[in-house]
Amino acid sequence: MIVADQKPIEEILQMLEPYKKVLFLGCQTCVAVCMAGGEKEVGLLAAAVRLARKQQGRPIEIIEGAVKRQCDDEFNEPWAKTIEQQEAVLSLACGVGVNKLSERFDVPIVPALNTKFFGEVERQGVWAEVCAGCGNCILHLTGGICPIARCAKNLLNGPCGGVRADGTCEVAHNGPRPCAWVMIYERLGKLNQRQNIENIFAAKDWSSDRHGGPRKRVREDMLLET
Amino acid sequence: MNTNEPKIVAFCCHYCAFAAADLAGVLRLRYPPNVHIIRLPCTGKLDALYILKAFEAGADGVMVAGCLEGSCHFISGNLRAKKRVLAVKSLLPKLGIAPERLEFFNLSSAQGDRFAQIARELTERIKNLSPNPSPQEKGALEGGRR
Repeated sequence: MIVADQKPIEEILQMLEPYKKVLFLGCQTCVAVCMAGGEKEVGLLAAAVRLARKQQGRPIEIIEGAVKRQCDDEFNEPWAKTIEQQEAVLSLACGVGVNKLSERFDVPIVPALNTKFFGEVERQGVWAEVCAGCGNCILHLTGGICPIARCAKNLLNGPCGGVRADGTCEVAHNGPRPCAWVMIYERLGKLNQRQNIENIFAAKDWSSDRHGGPRKRVREDMLLET
Repeated sequence: MNTNEPKIVAFCCHYCAFAAADLAGVLRLRYPPNVHIIRLPCTGKLDALYILKAFEAGADGVMVAGCLEGSCHFISGNLRAKKRVLAVKSLLPKLGIAPERLEFFNLSSAQGDRFAQIARELTERIKNLSPNPSPQEKGALEGGRR
């Protein structure tokens, strides 16, 4: 899923400063699961903003709502009338949702979240980045563990000299993390595929990643135009 | 809202604080009528939104009272509630609300006197603060009271 973080309340209040009538629109998919922008977070954030604005003597009128997937016009359309009547919309979707609403509506769409990464649920309340969306998957060779996302250096031929004796990575922001290449080595052993580690990967072609500019996927057979 | 008579919402666990409040009544202990009790099946049921909604509805203070640590009927509901209360407590000043308006307590069902004491102390504390300046719906609490 796409993992996001709610922006600090001070920043949200500042962004909403010019507005008195705002729709808080959550998204019930990824950001609901990662507890950043679902219906529940809409309720909490709306209550907080209302309280803060009341304290400032500048009350704000907030409509609360959430759509199934803000990245899809089809789900946003039922909100079209409401959106058009607002001074602004605070979107609690990921950046994709904010872009989507901005393409469709001539109303300022304000982001409530910082979109972070593609992640898995490690345990309740903890999400970890495991896929980098690089556009050229090699997971079949690495035991299903992605070195692009999980190695701090995105190394294709690891481990590097920064792996510690206990198998953790020298890069330890957000706490110690296991070395992706140690994990790959152990996993390949379990799968009887340890010979894979002897493959030397050629330099990666990053053009399928963000380095090739914004990406687009087209499936001709699914297009409705004839 | 009368400055001298703050309204305090108390989210109380059915198994301890609610029973303690009941016991305080049975023992004829005096505590200020400012405290309005809302019974929860466990403080683990407490949602941060309940606290914010109470303030929105014009409460001057909110207390959450759960079982003594290690005595939760549902093992860890009181510990989870405490974390949620602390999270809201750190949010309140950013909204312009004094964090002293919110407090978490642990007590057992046998502590009727402690409940009365907490009610007195918290009422005193809140009286020393100005009334919550965001009484969005002044009547909301009145309406909900039995």
